[in-house]
Amino acid sequence: MTFADILRTAIFSLRGNWMRSALTSLGVIIGIAAVIVMVSVGQGTQAEIDKMVSGLGSNRLDVSPGAGRGGGGVRMSSSSFFTLSEGDVDAIRNEMPEVQYVAGALRGGSQIVYAENNVSTSWQGVQSDFFVINGWEVADGALFEPQDYSSAAKVVILGDSVRRELFGDDSGIGQTIRIGRVPFTVSATLKAKGQGGFGQDQDDVVMVPLETARRRLMGSMGLPPGAVMQIALTVTDAKDLTYAQTELEALLRQRHKIGPGDEDDISVRNISEIVATRTQTTRLMSLLLGAVATISLIVGGIGIMNIMLVSVTERIREIGLRMAVGAGPSDVQKQFLAEAMLISLIGGALGIVIGIAGALLVGKFGALPVALNGRVIGLAAGFSVATGLFFGYYPARKASQLDPIEALRQQ
Amino acid sequence: MNASNQPAAKQRAAVIETRGLTKVYSAGTEAEVVALKDVGVRIARGDFVAIMGPSGSGKSTLMNLIGCLDTPTSGTYHCDGVDVSTLDAEELARLRLDKIGFVFQGFNLLPRMSALENVAMPLGYAQVAVAERKRMAEEALAAVGLSERGAHRPSELSGGQQQRVAIARALINRPPILLADEPTGALDSRTGEEILALFKRLRDEDHTVVLITHDAEVAAHADRILVMHDGELHEQGAHETGVPA
Repeated sequence: MTFADILRTAIFSLRGNWMRSALTSLGVIIGIAAVIVMVSVGQGTQAEIDKMVSGLGSNRLDVSPGAGRGGGGVRMSSSSFFTLSEGDVDAIRNEMPEVQYVAGALRGGSQIVYAENNVSTSWQGVQSDFFVINGWEVADGALFEPQDYSSAAKVVILGDSVRRELFGDDSGIGQTIRIGRVPFTVSATLKAKGQGGFGQDQDDVVMVPLETARRRLMGSMGLPPGAVMQIALTVTDAKDLTYAQTELEALLRQRHKIGPGDEDDISVRNISEIVATRTQTTRLMSLLLGAVATISLIVGGIGIMNIMLVSVTERIREIGLRMAVGAGPSDVQKQFLAEAMLISLIGGALGIVIGIAGALLVGKFGALPVALNGRVIGLAAGFSVATGLFFGYYPARKASQLDPIEALRQQ
Repeated sequence: MNASNQPAAKQRAAVIETRGLTKVYSAGTEAEVVALKDVGVRIARGDFVAIMGPSGSGKSTLMNLIGCLDTPTSGTYHCDGVDVSTLDAEELARLRLDKIGFVFQGFNLLPRMSALENVAMPLGYAQVAVAERKRMAEEALAAVGLSERGAHRPSELSGGQQQRVAIARALINRPPILLADEPTGALDSRTGEEILALFKRLRDEDHTVVLITHDAEVAAHADRILVMHDGELHEQGAHETGVPA
């Protein structure tokens, strides 16, 4: 029989019992839809993690004040809030050869005003390595000059969202804006980074020199001299990261005069710890969805096998007749396999449509990122073919091995 | 006595020729049954032969062997020159497609297909082009006098019409052998006569018709009658009417 003949016969047989065929393919529909949602959520989350890692850098360490460590957040008490200083930054730069860039920073929030435009954002007082550590690129203008840092110049660099809020389509370079009550001259604007790994707007920020922030923006907070709120650094070679972390902790403990066995007054985090937590959640979610998808596909497949076995029994005389008029075992096997495949493929096609809709809904209303692409759909199509083949094979083989004499004798 | 080598059948090529055909079921066990014992028969092209016998006589076994649905335990069967005994299931199917047209007591039409589709059904296995199938099926239906009924479902046809559709299906691949198993068993006697008349006509058109029946009256229509008894086949000489030209 030609392929067209096999297909025609299979469609004819399935139409004879279309309700049953439809219900049977429902199992595959659910299974394939689950596969689509699972894979697109898995890929979306993975893409997000990748973005976060590449955005923050896998060779980066972050030091913040306060005891306690790890990805689970930092315990803070007022007495331990300003334990880091510019001295620490210098020490890291001078004593740790594996460190490539290091910068301390202060941060706060304020109203920023230009003419009648008024935006509430956060500012960061930074040292010069800050921009390269965080992967900021200049869109317009130039980064701060060395003397801007040393003289606490009233200059500011705008993130793209802030620039847009204040200046619309203009760059605003050279314009004077006010942060709180202090006037600043815009010296540069930054290229947009877009949404960060946690969904926040990374571009809603402005930067000023560290010393400027300390003198002009921190107000009456009573900072210890030279204090910074955080230190970020990168190592030249990502392989040194773990070693550098240990080294860094030792150095700061020594500088802060913390005795053996006493609790750290700072915490060092590397990006992989944050990612690990996130990945763990994602993996759990993927596993759960994967289990649901697998179970649905198996149940759907067993449904197909069950119905095909019933069909073989019901149509035993037809099989006997077809064999008598010249159908060989392989013809019969192909026919029944084609029916199982057809149920599975139709189910697969509908499942793909429903799965895509489901994934889009999850992306819209769920908290999970989704990534739909040809690979996801290809995978789902592959699964539906595999289900039909795997669960259709046994009934088809059974039909093909019937003895035509016995089959014809059945009533 | 052996039924082969009948003088009348000798002149023309044999389409069915068996030698020492034996079929044993459940060989070597307590339940061993010798269904067929040393059957030798020669049936030539254009013969109309009836095989008679009560149930349990082995005539179904013989029919299955002649119809290439089964292989013998020992002995040989040449079906239109092809030795059947060594063939596997796939090759047997191919042989049935080319050589045998089956007609059953219960018609065995597929209920959801029209008469035309039923007749054309074997053509799919013979790799006949789709366009050709309809023409051939219409021709075959016309040959059994049912040109007007092609679009009807089996349920819309009388028993006699259904059996004629089945005969058209059996003839569709132009097989040399038409094997009919109690073809009139489900029909009233008048319709049965019509079917038997159709067989005679087919015989005259050089088809070989083998009729399996337990009914002596039906068998009497054949040119030759072979009687199965306890697995042995005997020629019924008294009914000899001569082989038609």
